[in-house]
Amino acid sequence: MSVLIYADTINGKVKKSSLEAIHYGSKVASLLGTNAVALVVNSSDNLAELGKYGATKVLKITNDKLNSFDPQLLTAAIAQAANSAGAKVVVFAHDSTGKSLASRLSARSKAGLVSGATSLPNLDGGNFTVRKNVFSGKAYADVNILTDEKIISLMPNSFPVVATDATAEVADFSADLSGINSTLVVKEVNRASASGVAPLPEAELVVSAGRGMKGPENWGMIEDLAKVLGATTACSRPVADIGWRPHHEHVGQTGIAIRPNLYIAIGISGAIQHLAGVNQSKVIVVINKDPEAPFFKAADYGVVGDAFEVVPKLIEAFKTLKANN
Amino acid sequence: MKILVCISKVPDTTTKISFIDNDTKFNEDKVQFIVNPYDEWYALVRALEITEKQGGTVTIINVGPADNDQIIRKALAIGANDAVRIDGNSNESFYVATQIAEYAKTQGYNIVMTGKETIDYNGAEVGGMIAELMGVPYISHASTLDVEGGKATLKRSIEGGYETVEVTGTFVVSCQKGMAEARIPNMRGIMAARTKPLTVVAPVNAAQLTSVKTFTLPPAKAAVKMVSPDNMTELVNLLHTEAKVI
Ligand SMILES: Cc1cc2nc3c(=O)[nH]c(=O)nc-3n(C[C@H](O)[C@H](O)[C@H](O)COP(=O)(O)OP(=O)(O)OC[C@H]3O[C@@H](n4cnc5c(N)ncnc54)[C@H](O)[C@@H]3O)c2cc1C
Ligand SMILES: Nc1ncnc2c1ncn2[C@@H]1O[C@H](COP(=O)(O)O)[C@@H](O)[C@H]1O
Repeated sequence: MSVLIYADTINGKVKKSSLEAIHYGSKVASLLGTNAVALVVNSSDNLAELGKYGATKVLKITNDKLNSFDPQLLTAAIAQAANSAGAKVVVFAHDSTGKSLASRLSARSKAGLVSGATSLPNLDGGNFTVRKNVFSGKAYADVNILTDEKIISLMPNSFPVVATDATAEVADFSADLSGINSTLVVKEVNRASASGVAPLPEAELVVSAGRGMKGPENWGMIEDLAKVLGATTACSRPVADIGWRPHHEHVGQTGIAIRPNLYIAIGISGAIQHLAGVNQSKVIVVINKDPEAPFFKAADYGVVGDAFEVVPKLIEAFKTLKANN
Repeated sequence: MKILVCISKVPDTTTKISFIDNDTKFNEDKVQFIVNPYDEWYALVRALEITEKQGGTVTIINVGPADNDQIIRKALAIGANDAVRIDGNSNESFYVATQIAEYAKTQGYNIVMTGKETIDYNGAEVGGMIAELMGVPYISHASTLDVEGGKATLKRSIEGGYETVEVTGTFVVSCQKGMAEARIPNMRGIMAARTKPLTVVAPVNAAQLTSVKTFTLPPAKAAVKMVSPDNMTELVNLLHTEAKVI
C-alpha cells in the first residue's frame, strides 16, 4: 500500500503546488499508516530532495512521448505507476495539469475523486471524507469517497509545505505507452511570466483593481504597488471586458478563483460574482471611496478613501517597511 | 461537423446558498436557475460560430430530471439544432460523464464541448472523465478553438501563460473566457426553441464513486477593521504584525 503523488514540473523543476501536494500526500500516508511515493516525469532535478517534503520514495519516468503535456498518455503512465506502487490514494495539485489528469484517472480506474480539496481526509466511522469548496466559496462540502482507490486534487495555497532534511530513495519506472494513439500535438508553450512574479492561481500576494480606477492609464500606481510587494496583479471582470487589462487577470466567478494570503482590492465594489473568486483569500484589504461598498462586508481591513490619494501613500508605507526590515 | 455541447443547470450567480435535510441537500426553494455561464457563453456560442461558418449541427445535452427542460429550452433559444436530455437524477461527475460518453460514442460527434467547471459544485471533472471514457484527447481550459480541414487548433490556459495544441479526430474540450462573446437570445430564437426537438433518453447504469456527507456554510466573517486613509503606515503595520501576511 502507498499514497502516490503526481509531481508536475516546469522546465524540469517541481512546481510549488506539487510540493504542497507531496507534503499533503505524506500526511495522508501517515493517516493510513503507509508511505508517500512521488511520481516525476522527465526531470533532471535532484529528486532525492523531494524527501524534504515527505516523500520516502520517488518514481522517475523518463520517456520522450511525455515531453509535452498529453493527458491521455500521462494518465496511462500514472495509472501504471499507481498500480506498481500499490497506491490506495493518488494525489494531484488542482492546477491546470492536475485538473486534466485527476478526472481522467478517476474515470479510468473507477476511483472516486474529490477535486479542489482543502483538508486532510477524515477517517471517522470508516469513512474517507475530504472537504472542498462548493458554490464558488460560498459553502464547503464534505465528500465521502466510496471506492477502494481514491483520488484527491489539492487546492493550491491551502496546505503550506513544511520542509525537513530527509531524503527520498529514487527509482526508475518505465511506463508502457505503446497501446495508445493520441492525436494531440503541443505546438507551443508560452509562459509569459518571465518577470518572476507568481502566476495568479499560485500567487500569495495579489493587488487587484476595478472600474474605480477610471481608465487603463491609471494602472501605473497599481503596478507600482504590486512591484513593491512582489505581488501579482488582478482585476474585476468589467475591467478585462473593456480591455483595460488582459483577460488572464480577471478574477471572480467567471474568471480565475484565487486564494492568496493577501488580496488588496482597489476601486472594486465587491459584487457577489467578484467575491466568489476571492473570498478564500486569507486577508482582504479593501480601498474604496464609497463607505457603503459591499466589499467592506467581506474585508478584514478597510480604507474609505480616494484610491488616487491612498495608493501612493500605501506604496510609500510599504517602501518604508521594506527599508526598515 | 457535428458538435455536442454539454450544459448544466446551476443556481443564478447571486443566489443566497442554504441547505436542508440536515445539511445534506441544497435548498432549491425560490432559487432561480440558469445555464452554467461557461457552458452557455463560451462552449455553446463557439459551437454555433463554427457551424455557422462551415456548416454542421450543434446538439445540446444535459443529464438531469424533467425540471431541467426549462433551462435546456433557454439554451436552445440561443441557437443549436436540437437537444438531448438523459433522464438521470444524480449530478455526481462520474455518473454524468458516463451518461454523456455512452451517448456520444453512438453518435459520431467531432467535438464534445463542456464549460471549464460548474459554478455550483466546482468540479472541473466531467470533461476529462468523458474524454477518458471515450478514449479521446481532452483539452481543458481552452480559450480559443479553430477548426480547419479536419484539424483543430486550440489555446489552453496554463499557469502564467498558454499552450497551443493541435488535434485531429474526435476530442473533448472544456471552454473558458476568450472562446466567444456571450449572445443574448432574440425573440425569434425564443419562439424557435419551443418547437426544436428535445429527445429524452433513458440513463445507463453507472457506479457511484462519491457522496456528499454534509454541506457547511463558512463561519461569519469578523467585522472589518477600518483604517484612516491618512494613516497607511498603520495599515502596513497591521498587515505586518497582526495579520502577518507581509
Ligand atoms: C453571471 C455573472 C458573472 C460575473 N462574473 C464576474 C467575475 O468573475 N468577476 C467580476 O469581477 N465580476 C463579475 N461579474 C460582474 C459583477 O456583477 C460586477 O458588475 C463587477 O464585479 C463590478 O466591477 P467593479 O467593482 O470593478 O466596478 P463597479 O461595480 O463599477 O465598482 C467600482 C467601485 O469603485 C469605487 N470607486 C470609484 N472611484 C473610486 C476612487 N477614486 N477611489 C476608490 N474607489 C473608487 C466605487 O465606489 C465602486 O465601489 C459577473 C456578473 C454576472 C451577472
Ligand atoms: N448534469 C450535466 N449535464 C450535462 N453536462 C454537464 C452536467 N454537469 C456538468 N456538465 C458539463 O461538465 C462541465 C464541467 O462540470 P463539473 O465537472 O461539474 O465542474 C460543465 O461546465 C458542463 O459543460
